Amino acid sequence: MFVYLDHTATTPTSPEVLQAMTPYFGEIFGNPSSVYSFSRKSREAISKARGQVADALNADSSEIYFTGSGTEADNWALKGTLEKGKIAGKNHIITTAIEHHAILHTCEYLKKVEGAEVTYLPVDSEGFVSVDDVRKAITDKTALVSVMFANNEVGTIEPVAEIGALCHEMNIPFHTDAVQAAAHLKIDVKAMNIDMLSMSAHKMYGPKGVGALYMRKGLRPENFVHGGAQEHGRRASTENIAGIVGFGAAMEILQTRLADDIAVNSARRDKLIAGILERIPHAKLNGATGNHRLPNNINFSFIGVEGETLLLDLDAKGISASTGSACSSESLDPSHVLLALGLKHEMAHGSLRFTIGRLTDDKQIDYVLDVLPEIVARRRAMSPLWEDYIKGEK
Amino acid sequence: MALDYSKKVMDHFMNPRNVGEIENADGVGEAGNPKCGDIMKIYLKVNPDTKIIEDVKFKTFGCASAIASSSMATELIKGRTVEEAWNLTNSAVAEALDGLPPIKMHCSVLAEEAIHTALNDYRKKNGMAEIPMEHHED
Ligand SMILES: Cc1ncc(COP(=O)(O)O)c(C=O)c1O
Ligand code: FES
Repeated sequence: MFVYLDHTATTPTSPEVLQAMTPYFGEIFGNPSSVYSFSRKSREAISKARGQVADALNADSSEIYFTGSGTEADNWALKGTLEKGKIAGKNHIITTAIEHHAILHTCEYLKKVEGAEVTYLPVDSEGFVSVDDVRKAITDKTALVSVMFANNEVGTIEPVAEIGALCHEMNIPFHTDAVQAAAHLKIDVKAMNIDMLSMSAHKMYGPKGVGALYMRKGLRPENFVHGGAQEHGRRASTENIAGIVGFGAAMEILQTRLADDIAVNSARRDKLIAGILERIPHAKLNGATGNHRLPNNINFSFIGVEGETLLLDLDAKGISASTGSACSSESLDPSHVLLALGLKHEMAHGSLRFTIGRLTDDKQIDYVLDVLPEIVARRRAMSPLWEDYIKGEK
Repeated sequence: MALDYSKKVMDHFMNPRNVGEIENADGVGEAGNPKCGDIMKIYLKVNPDTKIIEDVKFKTFGCASAIASSSMATELIKGRTVEEAWNLTNSAVAEALDGLPPIKMHCSVLAEEAIHTALNDYRKKNGMAEIPMEHHED
């Protein structure tokens, strides 16, 4: 049995998307920058994909810039805006403690190399950023506010429209990392007051290694990848045509099924959450509930067990999942997101994330509910921490 | 982070030997890992005449290498004298497991330290001076 419950890490390229991409590896290989008529087909393909992505976001085609990944889009938005801001004496970035490393490590770089000042806003116990905190953090030096649309570990959906409205009122550019959100939610950049938005194709059944940055007309952050005049002279390098075509196709297909996906995933998510709470004692759900949580995210902490052991036990049963445990990170630090939610180290240690998607069915949810309680119970039985915890309870 | 553990590590992780507690143990020791916050507890039953460790049990809160190291370490000291057990090093434990990924070497230190703590507890209970413990990184 292969039960893939890590759709947030990545998704398979769907057969329809792959089919749309295939001609652009061999048959239609022309460099879009060339003059002869053969290369027009390549240009047309990119232009169609740009339209597909723009339509999904209620943006204009001219506002979509393809990049090499979601990470690159984040880097560009932050570095380009800070560098531009510095010219006008603005060197302050406001972001949050729960961003992806694509944002956090870029901020650390900007602090070190550009002398930027960075405010990392805290979140509450469910992972929400407060709009009021954003307001209080703004100074006359603020060059950019960057708050993720939805968190990749715990699935909490941030109040981006309100934060965007505040930024517009204060005349500060607002960027959001929507790498996860764009794969699961309806986004309207105009209605939601978003100036810049990062996306990635491989989270939505498109290929890996292609992303996009939406930039509202009129915004001119500095370029990030320098070279040729591709992407309206703002992002150099010969286009990844097949990847871009795949991204466009993935985005369009997603829109046609989004409402159904949200309903189906939310129901499965809530079934898995309720089932775990019912069957496993002292299980704690991490993150928000209902409409404030990504429809595909389930994240629990099981006190007394360590996450890597759960992943390996699940793997032995054919289930792929993920954890925020210290033992499972290169740095041996627990997930910064779980710590920002206020979890103690030992609770972050026992965290387990399932993310559902198109490869999931109801039988798999039942299967997880079948095997997980025994796995947790068995590892708890060999844990001195669990023993102490239970003694403390009595 | 992806980890490719040896077959032996996986075997001792999936089927750990000597899990549990010993009532009225002759020595009990606990070690914690400052790096990632893991805990291991060791219980010893020592024959008063031969000084041979007749039984040993453990409980561990930690990753797969910590559990496998605990399991292997208990196997290695069972049937040995307390002196022999003291000389068990973490690298011997790691070797017996056919190696651990470099980032996971510290998990085997946990086993060595828990055994030392338990042996010192045994010495104290029997009116012997405790042996100073070396703390080392990996
Ligand atoms: C919130 C978030 N931002 C950025 C990224 C990076 O995207 P990519 O893999 O396309 O570089 C990810 C992917 O893990 C993500 O979840
Ligand atoms: S016990 Fe934490 S990494 Fe091994």
